[in-house]
Amino acid sequence: MSGAGSGYDLSVTTFSPEGRVFQVEYAGKAVDNGVPSVGVACKDGAILAVEKPEETKMMLPGSNRRIFTVAKHVGMAVPGKLPDGRQIVSRAQQECENYKRFYGNTIPTKVLSDRLANYCHAFSLYWHLRPLGSAALTASYDDNGPHIYLSETNGVSYRYYGIAVGKGRQGIKTELERLKLGNMTCREALKTVCKCLIKQRDDQGSKKFEIEMAWICDESDRQFVRVPEDVAKEAEDAAKREIEQEDEDSSDMES
Amino acid sequence: MPQLSDLIGSFVDDKICYDTGYQAPSQPATHTTQPIVTGSSVLGLKYKGGVILAADTLGSYGSLARFRDIRRITTVGKNILVGASGDYSDFQKIQELLEEVVAEDYCLDDGRTHTAKEIHSYLGRVLYGRRNKMDPLWNTLVIAGVENGNSFLGQVDLLGTQFEDDTLATGFGSHIARPLLRNAYNENLTEEEARKIVLDCMRVLFYRDARTIIKIQ
Repeated sequence: MSGAGSGYDLSVTTFSPEGRVFQVEYAGKAVDNGVPSVGVACKDGAILAVEKPEETKMMLPGSNRRIFTVAKHVGMAVPGKLPDGRQIVSRAQQECENYKRFYGNTIPTKVLSDRLANYCHAFSLYWHLRPLGSAALTASYDDNGPHIYLSETNGVSYRYYGIAVGKGRQGIKTELERLKLGNMTCREALKTVCKCLIKQRDDQGSKKFEIEMAWICDESDRQFVRVPEDVAKEAEDAAKREIEQEDEDSSDMES
Repeated sequence: MPQLSDLIGSFVDDKICYDTGYQAPSQPATHTTQPIVTGSSVLGLKYKGGVILAADTLGSYGSLARFRDIRRITTVGKNILVGASGDYSDFQKIQELLEEVVAEDYCLDDGRTHTAKEIHSYLGRVLYGRRNKMDPLWNTLVIAGVENGNSFLGQVDLLGTQFEDDTLATGFGSHIARPLLRNAYNENLTEEEARKIVLDCMRVLFYRDARTIIKIQ
């Protein structure tokens, strides 16, 4: 590895002279090099989508899930290291249960994402623990509308209109910024999100990808569920067609 | 657990209470020894392709008809019913536990939810565990559900006794309604017939049980 840390990156309890904690930044890199994940808040709900490369032909499609249900009204995608991500999901499920038991009400998303951010942060305070190599991309839909929160490995948590994490995130973010997400319905946004994910693929054509999608919207009765297969397929196909159309148009223009 | 009798050994001086120390309690620590707000009977009857439960909507406070429109039968997931007689606050606790089971199922999201038989076992173990701690949930629960066209009907009580049967009645109903249900039961009951039988039994219970009201669920 590069010598950027040069001795200040050996433990999470060491600051560098510039005031950086390198181990936490490296944990962030685990997320940055992870599977592309997108979270988008639309007019009538929120969507999470993760694009997974097919690791091996022997694996059943749909078995290595990246998007988890945390409570009926909250779902989470975990880009980065999956085992660390499962730890965060487990903790989130407990937080939701605890909140419900204590306050009798479903947990507001802001409270949940703050708690998860604190949880991730706690791992960066002790020498005997390592930071979690996974972020929590949370989607929910409550009386205040749809929410997308990202709780990062370093302990910050922000709310977004739309956010992309993982490989190719810069390109996807640029695309998302162009959209008027607040005016789109979830179904329309699904197609656009698929398009963003397909476009950023390192397309050698040989690798197969699977896009895992989940949403919480009016259509799903405000419950976090996986996007029904037919809807998902329709969105993916429509996205592929649009990309082909654009490629044709641009090659027409060139000639 | 310090009781008032312990404090008698202390003195009050200018509103400051000096405790002369913990004295051994004369009785072991006890928890729920009596139900407070109670529900009366719950009836259950299997028919072909389903199960029907009935209970009245009264929460009695001793002999006072205190809460006259409570729901003593709750749904768990899509196809399971749980009805309770006995202490209503303990039933509310059980409802919370069942909600957590449903949430756990929902989060696992693997296409399978707990069946009525599993809920029956789960509640049986919970109630048995509590009774062993001398802190029972003072209820007799009726669990009903349908899986793959097969009906399930089971009972769990505050001692942890668990069993299944084609007809069930708790509380006063176990004395009055159970023989009526057993005589009327056959494997090929339709929903209409089952409903009529159960309503007849509820009527008899209204005549004879002093802790019922006319409204049923």
